[in-house]
Amino acid sequence: MGTESQYIQYLLSGLTTGSIYALIALALVVTFNITGIFNLAIGEFVTIGALTAVSLLHAGLPATLSYCIAVLVAGLVGALVERATIHPARNASVLSLIIITIAVSIVLRGAALLIWKTYPYTLPPFVTAPPLRLLGASLVPQSLFILGLAVVAVSLLFIFFEFTYTGKAVRAAMMNQTAARLVGINPGRLSLFAFTFSGAIAALAGIFITPITMATYDMGFMLGLKGFVAAILGGVTNATGAIIGGILLGVLEAFAAGMVSSGLKDAIAMVVMIAVLLTRPTGILGSTRNSA
Amino acid sequence: MKRSLFLVCLLTLLVLAGGCGKAKTTTTPAATKAQKEPYTIGAILDTSGPAASLGEPERDTLQMVVEELNAKGGIDGHPVELILLDNKSSESEAVLAAKRLVNEDKVLAIIGCSQTGTSLAIVDTVTKAQVPMISVASSAKIVTPPSERRWIFKTTQNNEIVAQKMIAYLKQKGIKDVAVLSVNNAYGRDGAGTFIELAAKNGINVVLHEKFEATDTDMTAQLAKVKASPAKATAVFAIPPAASIVTKNFRDLGLQMPLLHCHGIGNKKFLELAGDAANGVVAPMGKLLVAEQLPDNDPQKQVLLKFIADYQKKYHVRPTTFSGHAYDAFYLLVNAIKQAGPDRAKIRDALEQTTGFVGVSGVFNMSAQDHSGLGEDAMVLVEVKDGKWHLLQ
Repeated sequence: MGTESQYIQYLLSGLTTGSIYALIALALVVTFNITGIFNLAIGEFVTIGALTAVSLLHAGLPATLSYCIAVLVAGLVGALVERATIHPARNASVLSLIIITIAVSIVLRGAALLIWKTYPYTLPPFVTAPPLRLLGASLVPQSLFILGLAVVAVSLLFIFFEFTYTGKAVRAAMMNQTAARLVGINPGRLSLFAFTFSGAIAALAGIFITPITMATYDMGFMLGLKGFVAAILGGVTNATGAIIGGILLGVLEAFAAGMVSSGLKDAIAMVVMIAVLLTRPTGILGSTRNSA
Repeated sequence: MKRSLFLVCLLTLLVLAGGCGKAKTTTTPAATKAQKEPYTIGAILDTSGPAASLGEPERDTLQMVVEELNAKGGIDGHPVELILLDNKSSESEAVLAAKRLVNEDKVLAIIGCSQTGTSLAIVDTVTKAQVPMISVASSAKIVTPPSERRWIFKTTQNNEIVAQKMIAYLKQKGIKDVAVLSVNNAYGRDGAGTFIELAAKNGINVVLHEKFEATDTDMTAQLAKVKASPAKATAVFAIPPAASIVTKNFRDLGLQMPLLHCHGIGNKKFLELAGDAANGVVAPMGKLLVAEQLPDNDPQKQVLLKFIADYQKKYHVRPTTFSGHAYDAFYLLVNAIKQAGPDRAKIRDALEQTTGFVGVSGVFNMSAQDHSGLGEDAMVLVEVKDGKWHLLQ
């Protein structure tokens, strides 16, 4: 393998990992855009989606049906979490709400441990085809599905926020809750919607990535963290930024692992985040408008 | 004021002791009309928390063998009482449990813990109290240096044996250049470190050593470097799911060289997760995995087949390597108590003098210098064919 094809390989593997981070960042950005808080339990919804799908598939349900039910279950858990923990504390400070989501993540992780134990699981890839060869590098077909999901998700979100009435209501509620309430928008209902929807996106991401990454009860923590870094990189209010941030992070990690040291990979991601926060606190695509 | 502080401390202690007590499950002797007083043995296992996949089969095995022994009349008519404590995969819980077993239950000996970290945590406590301990965790650090580990034994194969087996395979295939991939934690460092050291002594060049995290989801970048290197074989030190992902990535990249793994992949999970990619993987393993395929003159074969049959009858699954380590720890101890009687120091001496003990993990020959007692013959090389383990001759 020549040096060039080695670089192409880093790029391809970075794109795959990057689109995973991007999808999680996207889920984070959606919640942040609507409620003004980070749902730090987002990684656990990836776990719930992936492992529920595995269980349903093992129970003998057809693949597509299991995946749909798993996404619904995760959305339902998201709704439940919002009603049980966020809604009663809706008048608390943003910081308190974020701390609540951390508590939720611990509870969900514990529940996942009780249900699925510590064993790793996997799902079959969506299509069984040999890896594609590209200038001496290779790419598994499942990566294309993940990339595709990221592109579709961001396009739909763009249309939703820019061209639909509800989307505009969401943005209004985020800019000024009191004013939005005065014109008849119910922020409480939007918050419920945000948690349900982001839970479903995260679960979808979990199902798409499991054929490549495998799934364990504690897979969510690191993925949630990387998604968070990706969201910060891209600018926390911007859905397109989340995708770019995620892919950038994945590619950086792959090159760092290949060219510097594989042991330092995670450290490099964090260093990049600090650098971005110092030089451009709103992220690469972040608008200058303050979210407060 | 001072008095109330004392009371608070006392209360805290009581609560802690109570919390510990809840984890207790005592296996009472099956033969209730036993005439002689029972011998008490303690066990501290990681039966919940992240290491539960190790601790659970070990607990099941101990419960099975205690029943088996007591049904046969125990040790010279003394039934064995097993006090089983769960350390929740945590070092501090392990130490609390060890103190309880030593001070309150006055056990004759302790079996455990399941992980290297939790085992090392209780070494000080048992050494000070002069209680013999048999760990079921892997690292050689648990029993070395022998001068400081007078009271500590273990029943797992040292990493040296794993490395020796892998290097023997490379030599047999005439491979001189090898790439090493390891998981970036104590397990990977220990395994890869031992392998690299031993490779140098055997004239094998480690041309590349790359690491990945246990939670990493893609090792393609590391493997791309392997592809660009002059390596003629790859040796991986990891456990599933990371080990399975490496294997999948390895095949996806179209690498043609032999792929060696360490014994960390020795469970059905690895095969299940890696699927077709696992075919062709070569790894050193304890004999339990391929017991049926062993030649009839293998000294362990009968012990292994009986253990598998008993375990399957009781739990309806095939025992894993971890069950084997617990089985050996228990019967080594029973053997020593038979010779020494209920005396901690004499039990320790008897354990150290154990030779030719045929167990599940191998044939044990303990000595003052070696408290693990297993040799190269405790492992065999296996290859994955059609998703199953096959013994390599």
